[in-house]
Amino acid sequence: MTKYVLVADLRRCVGCQTCTAACKNSNATAPGVQWRKVLDIETGEFPDVRRTFLPVGCMHCDDPPCLTVCPSTATKKRDDGIVLIDYDLCIGCAYCAVACPYQARFKVQDRLSAYGELAGEMAHEAARFDPAMIGVAQKCTFCADRIDEGLANGFVPGKDWQATPACVNSCISNALQFGDLDDKDSAVSRLLAESQSSRMHEELGTGPNIYYIWDDAP
Amino acid sequence: MSMDPRDIKGVSPWLQTNWDARAAGNFIGGGTGTGLLAVAAMLGLAPAGLFAFIGLAFVGFGLLCVWLEIGRPWRAINVFFHPQTSWMTREGLVAMPLFALGGLVVLFGSNLAMLGAALVGLFYLYCQARIVSASKGIPAWRHPAIVPALISMGLAEGAGIAMILAPGQGGILFILLIVLRLVFWRLYIKRLSADGAPIGTLKAFASRQFVYQVGGHLLPVLFLGAGLWLDNALVMGLAGFLVAASGWWMKLILITKAAYNQGFALPRVPVRGQGRPGESVKPGWLAHDRLTPSPSYGAAPDVNRSLEQIRGEDSRLQSKPSKGFVFRRSAP
Repeated sequence: MTKYVLVADLRRCVGCQTCTAACKNSNATAPGVQWRKVLDIETGEFPDVRRTFLPVGCMHCDDPPCLTVCPSTATKKRDDGIVLIDYDLCIGCAYCAVACPYQARFKVQDRLSAYGELAGEMAHEAARFDPAMIGVAQKCTFCADRIDEGLANGFVPGKDWQATPACVNSCISNALQFGDLDDKDSAVSRLLAESQSSRMHEELGTGPNIYYIWDDAP
Repeated sequence: MSMDPRDIKGVSPWLQTNWDARAAGNFIGGGTGTGLLAVAAMLGLAPAGLFAFIGLAFVGFGLLCVWLEIGRPWRAINVFFHPQTSWMTREGLVAMPLFALGGLVVLFGSNLAMLGAALVGLFYLYCQARIVSASKGIPAWRHPAIVPALISMGLAEGAGIAMILAPGQGGILFILLIVLRLVFWRLYIKRLSADGAPIGTLKAFASRQFVYQVGGHLLPVLFLGAGLWLDNALVMGLAGFLVAASGWWMKLILITKAAYNQGFALPRVPVRGQGRPGESVKPGWLAHDRLTPSPSYGAAPDVNRSLEQIRGEDSRLQSKPSKGFVFRRSAP
């Protein structure tokens, strides 16, 4: 079996948001919609104050609450663990959006452009506009199209950029890694074996598949 | 996971905007309509056709609200595709026999059909409560105690409308349902506070709790008593209106004002260079009915503390290792 996961090494992430920009560029998301973003979190009290950068997005959960609640079966989970939305089935009820504890889902009701109505759409915005995504739920796909095409051409997700999500490819500090958790020799498996990691909101039983590394293994 | 009452923008829970008053309208209409059917069937209120018509009108209003909310209304038929796990699909499926049986009551005044419509209506109400509780992303909604709270709200709202349409009938059931609603609501708030919830959620409820309890429960009982004593249908109808309207108002609050999302949490603060990993952080959350930030966070920082004072308070700075600072250690 294959189980794709994303590993974010929080010790490495510098919060540059290059992954955010790469995702927007790759997926042509609307203004205000960020399938991948990096949170800037300041914690602690003087003198022990910390600043952490936390990449977030769809966790492609093992037991996705968005899939359970979806009344139209538009949300599906592939055998490799990737959760996708069929834009032609989705009715845009946004039930999945309120069911997702990671705030990973968006619904864009109107055709928007980055500089507003007065300035109008830029050429690339007009060229890449997809009417199928209006009024329906949307979220991170782990760049499933890129993975599928890469696999079809003999590339390995997480190893070859041709089969790896845009956010991971763009990461300037190698903080983001992608790969097959069921493959013991994959980079993500080795990384997780060598370090201590946690997942967000695990107590909700969703089985999120973004792992956050915070220290070496003891 | 330590709850931290501090607010970090974009990280702490924020008010969801995916469902608005139209979604609340579904729970208002569905709850009141099915509650009215149940109360009318229990009391045998006549003419049954009138009560069934008004009950179905409320349910239909709720469904219309949902239809107006969805992004692709002309694909609404797809809502029936996932009965295996989706309570929204189940609600849609149950609506069909509900309208069929209700239609029979309206057309033929059948008491048996009224009983059937009331029973199916109760399942419809249950489906609605489960729709809310399956919303894992909204802590105020996913709490299991919301299910009995919403069911009792629907029944009480139905009893309120029944009291307007048939003043003075079923006074004991009316009071019983009001008490039931109050008990389940208080239980919900108590358990939600104890289990932990976003601060915004707790504040949204806390600021309205008194008005809801008095205006929606105490006053209606007093008005009903006064109405029965004075034999005044208007006062009794007012009691019914207060019960229904207060329930609608609180559902609107639940969906549009108290619906803070989960927010983000930092599983562990990572090691940076020669530092130590920090504890987990969950900003914007609070438990145990503490609606004000704890003193350590709420108090203004004393900028005049000397370095010696700080050193004295912080054990890590009290001694200096002979071989230099070695802060790194494995996590507990």
